[in-house]
Amino acid sequence: MKKRKILKIIRITVMWLVALVWILPFLGVFMTAIRPMDEILDGWWNFKVFNPTLENFSKAWTHPTASLAKGTVNSLIVAIPATVIPLLIATMAGYGFSRYDFPSKKLTFVLIILTLALPQQMIAVPVFQLLNAFGLVDRYLGLILIHSAWGIPWITFFMRNFFSTIPRNIEEAARIDGASDFLVFFRIIFPLALPGIASAAALQFTWVWSDFFLALITIYSPEKLLATQRIPLMRGVYHVDWGLLAAGAIMVMIVPLLVYAVLQKQYVKGMVGWSLK
Amino acid sequence: MNRKARLSHYALFMLPAVLLLAFFVIYPSVRTIYISFFDEEGHPTLKNYAEVLTSRDTFNPSGFKRGFPLGTLLHNLIWIGIHLPASVILGLLLATLLQNMPGSSFVKSIIFLGMVMPMIVGGVMIRFMFDKNVGVVNLFLQTFGIEPRTWTAYPESALFSLIFGSIWLWTGFSMVLYSAGLETIPKEYYEAAQIDGAGRFRQFIAITVPLLKPITTVVVTMTLLWELKVFDIVYVATMGGPGGASNVLALQMYTYAFREFNFNRSAVVAVIITVSTLAASIPMIKSSLAQE
Repeated sequence: MKKRKILKIIRITVMWLVALVWILPFLGVFMTAIRPMDEILDGWWNFKVFNPTLENFSKAWTHPTASLAKGTVNSLIVAIPATVIPLLIATMAGYGFSRYDFPSKKLTFVLIILTLALPQQMIAVPVFQLLNAFGLVDRYLGLILIHSAWGIPWITFFMRNFFSTIPRNIEEAARIDGASDFLVFFRIIFPLALPGIASAAALQFTWVWSDFFLALITIYSPEKLLATQRIPLMRGVYHVDWGLLAAGAIMVMIVPLLVYAVLQKQYVKGMVGWSLK
Repeated sequence: MNRKARLSHYALFMLPAVLLLAFFVIYPSVRTIYISFFDEEGHPTLKNYAEVLTSRDTFNPSGFKRGFPLGTLLHNLIWIGIHLPASVILGLLLATLLQNMPGSSFVKSIIFLGMVMPMIVGGVMIRFMFDKNVGVVNLFLQTFGIEPRTWTAYPESALFSLIFGSIWLWTGFSMVLYSAGLETIPKEYYEAAQIDGAGRFRQFIAITVPLLKPITTVVVTMTLLWELKVFDIVYVATMGGPGGASNVLALQMYTYAFREFNFNRSAVVAVIITVSTLAASIPMIKSSLAQE
C-alpha cells in the first residue's frame, strides 16, 4: 500500500514537471510580450524590475508595415467563406458516399486518401498559373477557392464516417412519404449531422486561419496580406524586436486558441475522427 | 425510385466536390508531374531530374566532411529519424502517464497547444526558445555550464534546434490520439493480467502496445506526412539557413518556384515530396481498405 502511494506521488510530480516544461516557451512569449525590451534582454525570467505594459500589443496591432488589425480582418474575410463553402459541398459529397454504392466507389475513396497525403507544393505552380489566367492572383476569391478544394477530401472522408453512424430507416420513412433526396438531405440529414459539421468546421477554420503557404503564393499586396503572412515581416531586418514579435505571435495564435477553447470536445473529436475510423 | 435515377441523384450530391477537386487539386497535380519532364523551351527531357538529384541543394556529400548543409533530402531524413520515434514514443508515454490522473485534462490541453496554434507562430516560438538572450533553452543549458548562443544561427545546430522544437510542437498530436485509444481498452484485460501476476511494465508491453497498433499506424503515417511537408516553421525560424544548413524539401521547392522562377525544377522537388508522402501513406490506405 505504501509503495503504491509513493508511485502515485512520483507520477503526479512527473506530470506537473512535464506540464512545466511544455508551458515554459508559452510563458516566455507571454512575458516578453507584456514587458519592455530592456527588461527582457537578460532573459524574461528575471523579475528584478517588472513593469507590465500593453505597448507591444498596440504596436503590433497598428504596425506601420505589418498591421495585425488589417491582417486579422483579411484572414477572417478568407477563413469564413473558406470554411462554409467546403463544408456544404463536402457534407453533400460525404452523404452521397455513405448512401449509394456506385461502381467506382472504392477507387474514389482511395483517391480521397491520396489527396490527404498530397503536399501543397504539388499544386502550387499550376494553381498559381490557373489563378493568373483567370485574373485571380492577389485576390481573396482565388485563395478561398483553393482552400475550399483543399478541404473537401478530408471533410468528405470525415462526414462519410459520420453519416455511416446515422440509421437509414429515418430517411427511408421520409422517402416513402414522397420526399425527394435533396429534401431528405436538407430537412433530415443536415440537422442530424450538425455535431459532425461543428467538428469539421472547427478544424477547417483553424487550418485556413493558420495556413501560410497557400497565402504566401497567392496574396502579394502589402495591404492584402493575411495575419500569418505578417508575422515574418515583424521580425525586422537587422535586429529582432522580440516584444513586438511575441505580441504579434500571441494575437495570431489567439483566434485558433479561442476556437479550441470553445469547441474543445468537437476539436479533439474532429482530430481523432479525421484520422481514425 | 429505380436504381438509375438514384445514381444520378447521388451524382448530383457529389458533383460540386468533384468539380472543385478536378480544377484545384487533380489537374494541378497532373500538370506538375507533366512539367517536371519538360525543359524551359517545352521539349521533353529528364534533365530536370538529373539536375535536381545531383544538386548540392538536394544532396551534398561534401557535407559529411565539412558539416552542414547535407542537402534537403538528408535533412528531411534526419528530421524523420529523430522526430518520428521521439514524438510517437513520448506521446504514448505521456498518454499512459496522464490516464485517470486528477488535473490531467489541464496538462493535456497545455501539451496540445502546440497543435492548435498556427505553425508560423510555432516557428517563431522555436526561434525564440533557442535565442541567445531571451531563450529558455539557454537558461537550461547554462546550468550545465554551456555558453549561451542563438542555436538556430549556427550551421551545426540549426537543423537540430528546429527538430527538437518541432517535437515540442507535435507531441500533443500523438498524445491525444493515444489517450483516445487507451479509453477503448477494456479494464478487464489488465485485471486478468494482474491476476496472472504480470507487472505494470509487462502489461504495458503485452496489452497496451499491441491493442493500440491501429492508432500507431495512424500516428506514424500522419507524423511522417508532417515531417515530409514541413515548411512554415523552417521558413520563419531560419529560412533554411544559415547557408542552407536547415533547408528542407518543401522550402527548396518554394525557392525554386517563387524566388528563382524555375518551374520545371520546382516541379521535380514537388514530385519527390509527393512520391515520399504517398509511399508513407500506403499502410493507412491498406488498413482502411481492409475495413471496408
